[in-house]
Amino acid sequence: MSASMTGAQIVLQALADQGVEHIFGYPGGAVLPIYDELFQQDRLKHVLVRHEQGAVHAAEGYARSTGKVGVVLVTSGPGATNAVTGLTDALMDSIPVVCITGQVPTHLIGNDAFQECDTVGITRPCTKHNYLVKDVDQLSTVLHEAFYVARSGRPGPVVVDIPKDIQFAAGIYQGLSNSQHKSYRPAVNGDERAVEAAVELMANAKRPIFYTGGGIINSGPLATERLRELVRMTGYPITSTLMGLGAYPASDKQWLGMLGMHGTYEANNAMHDCDVMICIGARFDDRITGRIDAFAPGSKKIHVDIDRSSINKNVQVDIPIVGDCAHVLDQMLRAWKAKNPKVDKAALKTWWGQIDKWRARKCLHYKKRDDVIMPQYAIERLYALTRDQDVYITTEVGQHQMWAAQFFHFDEPNRWMTSGGLGTMGYGIPAAVGVQMAHPDSLVVDIAGEASVLMTMQEMSTAVQYDLPIKIFILNNQYMGMVRQWQELLHGGRYSHSYTEALPDFVKLAEAYQAVGIRAEKPSELDDAIKEMIATPKPVIFDCRVDKHANCFPMIPSGEAHNHMLMGDDLTEEDIENAITEEGKVMV
Amino acid sequence: MTQPGSAYSLDKIEEKPETHTMSVLVDNEPGVLARVIGLFSGRGYNIESLTVSETEHEAHISRITIVTTGTPMVIEQIKNQLDRLVPIHTVTDLTVLGDPLERELAMVKVVGTGEKRSEALRLAEAYEAEILDASPEHFIFLITGKQSRIEQFIGVMQPLGLVEVCRTGLAAIARGAGQM
Repeated sequence: MSASMTGAQIVLQALADQGVEHIFGYPGGAVLPIYDELFQQDRLKHVLVRHEQGAVHAAEGYARSTGKVGVVLVTSGPGATNAVTGLTDALMDSIPVVCITGQVPTHLIGNDAFQECDTVGITRPCTKHNYLVKDVDQLSTVLHEAFYVARSGRPGPVVVDIPKDIQFAAGIYQGLSNSQHKSYRPAVNGDERAVEAAVELMANAKRPIFYTGGGIINSGPLATERLRELVRMTGYPITSTLMGLGAYPASDKQWLGMLGMHGTYEANNAMHDCDVMICIGARFDDRITGRIDAFAPGSKKIHVDIDRSSINKNVQVDIPIVGDCAHVLDQMLRAWKAKNPKVDKAALKTWWGQIDKWRARKCLHYKKRDDVIMPQYAIERLYALTRDQDVYITTEVGQHQMWAAQFFHFDEPNRWMTSGGLGTMGYGIPAAVGVQMAHPDSLVVDIAGEASVLMTMQEMSTAVQYDLPIKIFILNNQYMGMVRQWQELLHGGRYSHSYTEALPDFVKLAEAYQAVGIRAEKPSELDDAIKEMIATPKPVIFDCRVDKHANCFPMIPSGEAHNHMLMGDDLTEEDIENAITEEGKVMV
Repeated sequence: MTQPGSAYSLDKIEEKPETHTMSVLVDNEPGVLARVIGLFSGRGYNIESLTVSETEHEAHISRITIVTTGTPMVIEQIKNQLDRLVPIHTVTDLTVLGDPLERELAMVKVVGTGEKRSEALRLAEAYEAEILDASPEHFIFLITGKQSRIEQFIGVMQPLGLVEVCRTGLAAIARGAGQM
């Protein structure tokens, strides 16, 4: 199909042909022609955010909770630069996003024109790929390619920069085609011999562990299904990164909880002592490995990843398999079934016995109090009281995020939206907007900290405008808790600028946005307040006043190995001061 | 306690750095070189030499020849990182293929009179350098060859009034009948 239309019409046609239903954006001079086209149609629903960073996070939340590509539309100059944080976030967490930016007209590019910036230059290192369209006849092809690049292989953000004169110019629209991309063709199937070797290694394991990540979620529901089948078939324990939560049900007995810096004692010790590690869709990030020369010593490692550059980047593995998780898991399943191996039942029994001993350490234990709400307790109650709901969780970044990962359990994928790689404070509210847009009848809760949430608080206004009943559940301890925790560990408890002296009254703030404010200060009033929040059909800001000094444990101090964890329940002040060595202090 | 390490202490791994010459075929489109160079600077890799030119005009494909140094793990990373850039068609490590043909071109300006001038001319003849431009006060020599030869030539011209050098960087191709 090809037809003549204006650049702006081509944009809308291409989005429609790509199956886009929602766009998150903010208008400005250099995208007015596209906004004018939006005005004259009702096929695409545009969500007006309050800041371009919010548009990208909303698109990320939308993408992460649906598996579709999130779409952003912003103007030139500050519109594009404001989007940079969100784009970097999407790149780090492999979230498929197409971001259309307006640009000054072609003849003004390079002239330091009003609201001009070198968008493709600025976004080159923070996107998977980007384009500046200088020929209207290329526009539709570029847009279709942008969607292909964003969602295929390892997903990521793609920017399409469109000068204003191109939006006005008449050109030819090319519909979707099946032609192969000339250079970008990511592998999907793993090498059969490598899969055979992997299954052989797995079958002979005495202390095996599955270590999975966000790649399973990105790969889609088939990957989750096959992972569950493989894990159950083998009977091996499984842990996951922050990004992979939900791929394997947290309620299952083979689940060890999250691993890494704030992972569980059992998951980290099992990683350290394993003899065969089966890593699928995770990337051996520094939050996971801790001290690299003491990472799972003596283990053989299998690594399945769609991105070849993720393999052998931080940790040398024995069997690399490049391919899509769903495809490789299918190959593994078939190979396992064909082999029908006799696993070493005695060894596995010993292994599970050891794991149960670690579990008995009850690493997430904390002291409950009657006078003040412990943050962990707040999340436990939130979890318990939302069991009859179809619930999606987003988070900000910090202690509350780790507590959410530890105490809110996920049995399904795509229910957990968090900023893992970049660690972007302010991710949660706009992400919740995106999730609620995609799932209007579900309960969407942003588990937040009072510091993070102020970074993108303006998106409450978006939620109110579109009747998105998101719940902002703030664990308010008045500190940037994770910063304070590190100041205790590294800097002798000198709380340099980590205390917020002049917080807003969050209840009044909610009311100012025409949302609903709820506050809970005592454990005794928490349940009723949470029930009230769930029952409120409008956006809610929930100010949950929690213990100001609680810290997030267990923790692998920086520079330490998986089996050197700090446990929360028996720490003295001295332990905390001496937890990190001089060499460990330079690490983040 | 033993020496702590973490993901940040990778450099301490005892692997000897190697120098590799890579050929990268890319779409000749705006910004493609910036993507390649940005990858190297952003991830802290070395570029020792970089040469780029369109080699297939109809297909708009350019060939980039990069000389880089790193441990075997870093060299592997560089190849994989390059390979995942969207406009890159192929990445070939010519060093792995074995002893590629490598040549460079340099223009060398030498200024002087008297004995030094005659010595410069004698040496240039010995190196089979071509004289591109000359006046009673200067020569501009053109020399092509392996990098080591060019280094040597520049070295001998240094005391004879060398004032300026321009080098193209390396062009490299694998031996034998096989093609990339």
